[in-house]
Amino acid sequence: MRFEGSTNYVATPDLKLAVNAAIALERPLLIKGEPGTGKTMLAEEVAAALGLPLMQWHIKSTTKAQQGLYEYDAVSRLRDSQLGGVDGGRVHDISNYIVKGVLWQAFEADEQTIILIDEIDKADIEFPNDLLRELDRMEFYVYETRQLIKARRRPLVFITSNNEKELPDAFLRRCFFHYIKFPDKETMQSIVDVHFPGLKQSLLKEALQVFFELRDVPGLKKKPSTSELLDWLKLLLAEDIPPEALRSQDRKVSVPPLHGALLKNEQDVHLFERLVFMARNNR
Amino acid sequence: MLIDFFLHLKAAKLPVSTKEFLTLLEGLQARVIDHSLDDFYFLARATLVKDETNYDKYDRAFAAYFKGVTEIPGLEAEIPEDWLKLMMQKHLTAEEKAKLEKLGWDKLMEKLKERLEEQKGRHQGGSKWIGSGGSSPFGNGGFHPEGIRIGGKSAGNRTAIKVWEQREFKNLDDSVELGTRNIKVALRRLRRFAREGAAEEFDLEGTIRGTAQNAGWLDILMRPERHNKVKVLLFLDIGGSMDDHVRLCEEMFSAAKSEFKHLEYFYFHNCIYDYVWRDNHRRHSERFPLADVMHKYGDDYKLILVGDATMSPYEILQPGGSVEYMNAESGATCLARLLQKYPKSVWLNPEPERLWEYRHSIQILRDIMGTRMYPLSLEGLERAMRQLNK
Ligand SMILES: Nc1ncnc2c1ncn2[C@@H]1O[C@H](COP(=O)(O)OP(=O)(O)OP(=O)(O)O)[C@@H](O)[C@H]1O
Ligand SMILES: [Mg+2]
Repeated sequence: MRFEGSTNYVATPDLKLAVNAAIALERPLLIKGEPGTGKTMLAEEVAAALGLPLMQWHIKSTTKAQQGLYEYDAVSRLRDSQLGGVDGGRVHDISNYIVKGVLWQAFEADEQTIILIDEIDKADIEFPNDLLRELDRMEFYVYETRQLIKARRRPLVFITSNNEKELPDAFLRRCFFHYIKFPDKETMQSIVDVHFPGLKQSLLKEALQVFFELRDVPGLKKKPSTSELLDWLKLLLAEDIPPEALRSQDRKVSVPPLHGALLKNEQDVHLFERLVFMARNNR
Repeated sequence: MLIDFFLHLKAAKLPVSTKEFLTLLEGLQARVIDHSLDDFYFLARATLVKDETNYDKYDRAFAAYFKGVTEIPGLEAEIPEDWLKLMMQKHLTAEEKAKLEKLGWDKLMEKLKERLEEQKGRHQGGSKWIGSGGSSPFGNGGFHPEGIRIGGKSAGNRTAIKVWEQREFKNLDDSVELGTRNIKVALRRLRRFAREGAAEEFDLEGTIRGTAQNAGWLDILMRPERHNKVKVLLFLDIGGSMDDHVRLCEEMFSAAKSEFKHLEYFYFHNCIYDYVWRDNHRRHSERFPLADVMHKYGDDYKLILVGDATMSPYEILQPGGSVEYMNAESGATCLARLLQKYPKSVWLNPEPERLWEYRHSIQILRDIMGTRMYPLSLEGLERAMRQLNK
C-alpha cells in the first residue's frame, strides 16, 4: 500500500515519502506547516487514495484525551435512575451509558481506518501524553465495563499541528514528522492547476507574481495562504478580470483588483494600500 | 555503518534518540525507500528530526557527513549527478578544474563510472579513493565507491541535495537571536512557562460528573487553574547598544503580560546599582531605590535581567564605577544583594554566546549569576525558563 499523490492534491516527494513511511511502519505521522498548506486535506486525500474510511477528530482547547476513547455519561444515568420508570433495566446496565469515541470506533472497525487528529496543539499540554499508550499499542481498557478494546487492524494516524504549543518529546519520538514548507512557485502552480484546470497561463503567471510579492510585504499580520490565493483566483475568474489588469502598467504601482480576498485583515489592507501609495509617490 | 551517521547527528547536537534510530532501521528494512540518497535524506529526517527548527542543523550535519565519507550507510545508494558535480567543483584545485573543463562533464562522469565498476570488481574494501593516484582528472574527489551507483536520475529538480545545500530552513533555527519573526514562538514558550506555575481551581463540570458517578455523593474535583501565578520582575538594561534588544524584550513580555499574574519592569544601565527607574524619559527625576523594590516585591518573584553585560570591569567591581553617577556601593555588591533576595533568577544576554568568553565583564557577571546567564535566543530562553521553574 503506497500513497502516490492524487489528482486533487499536490504532494511533494518528501511529503509522499513521509506518508509512505508512516503507512509501512504503521506509526503516526505528525504534520506541521503554515495555515492553509494542506495539512488537514492530506489525511482526507490519503484516505480517498487508499480507499480507507477516515475517522476525524477535531481538537478544541477543551478536548480531553479520554473523549477519543469513550465517555461515561454518568449524568444521564443519574437522571434516568431518578426519574425511574421509562426503562428500569436500562439504568442497571452501565454499558448503555458508555459513548464511544473516535479511537474506539476506529479500533473496532473491520477494515483498516485512517484517523485524523486535527490541530492537536489546541488541546491542553498533557493531551498528547495521555494518548501515548493508546497510540503505541492501539488498545485501551474500559474500567466501567472491564473490557479491553484492541484494534483489529492498526489504524493509520495523521496528526496536524499549527505549532501553538510544543508537543512532548515522548510523543514526538513515536511519530514520523513532516513540516510542509510553504509551496514554492512551481508547486503552487501545480496546486492551482488542480483546482482550476485549464486556467489561462497568462493569468496564472500574473496572479502568482502578485501573490508571492504580497507575501513578501514586510509587517503583514497574516500572509495570504494557498486558500486565499484560490479564493482570489475564483473571484478573478468570476469577474472576468484580464491578466493585463494584474500587471503594473508602465511601471506604475497599483493595488491588484479584488485584493480583499488575499488580505483578510483590515490592518494589513491599510498597510498594503499605504505602501502602494508611498511607492507611487516615489516615482 | 548507519550507526556512525546517527552518532554524527548526535555530535551535531541534534536531539536524536535510539528509539527513533531503530525506527529508521525498520524503515530501511521495510524498503520504504530504495537506493537514492535523496530519499534517504528525507526518510532520516522524517524519522529523526521532530521539529522544523532543527531542519537546518540537520541539513548541515547531513552535508558534512556525506561530504567526507559518502559511504551510504548500509544501503546501496544513488548519488545525483548534479551533487557530484558540485562536490567535485568544491574539492578541485584550479589546475584540476582546467583539466576537467577540457574533458567535459559527460566524459568525466563516464570515466568515474568506469572507475567505480573496476573498483567493484576488485573487492577492494572501502578505503580506496577514486583516482587517488593523482593522474586522474578526479583529483581527491574523495568518493567512497563501494555500494554507490552514480549518475542516477534525481527526482525532478527538487532534489534533496538542493535542500540541504541551500539550507532552506535556516530561518527556522531556534538558536538564532530573537527577531520579529520568531517572537511569536518565543511568546509561546513564555506562556508555557507561565502555565507551569498554575495551581488548582474548582472544576464544576468534573464535580457534577464525579458526584453523579458517586451515586449522588458529593465528589469535589479540582483542576489546574487556567490563569497562572507566576510573578516576574524584569530588569532591562537600556541605553546604547541595548536599545533594540530592549524594545524586543519589552514587546515580548508585554505581549505575554496577561499570562502572568504580576509582571513588573524596571530599567538599569549596564549594571545594577542602588537605584533603578521605570520610565526612561524621567530616569533622572523618578528613581526607585533598589532597596524599596526589594522590599515591595516578595521573594516569590522570579527575576529576569536582560543586558549585554558588556562594559569595563571597573563598572562592576568598583564603588563609584558607574558611568552615570557616583555609586557608593559597587555594582557587584548591589547585584549580589538582589540575587540573594530572589533565588529564582536568570540573566538573558543578547550577545552571541560564543563571544562571552572574550569579554571580561560578561565573565564576571556570569560568575556572580552562578552561571545562570543565557543567550537571548529561543533556545536560550527555553533554558532560562527551565532554570526558573526548577
Ligand atoms: N497541496 C495541495 N494540493 C491541493 N490543494 C491544496 C494543497 N494545499 C492546500 N490546498 C488548498 O488549500 C485549502 C486549505 O487546506 P487545509 O485546510 O488542508 O490546510 P491546513 O494546513 O489544514 O490549514 P489550517 O492550518 O488553517 O488548518 C485546501 O482546501 C485546498 O483547497
Ligand atoms: Mg487544518
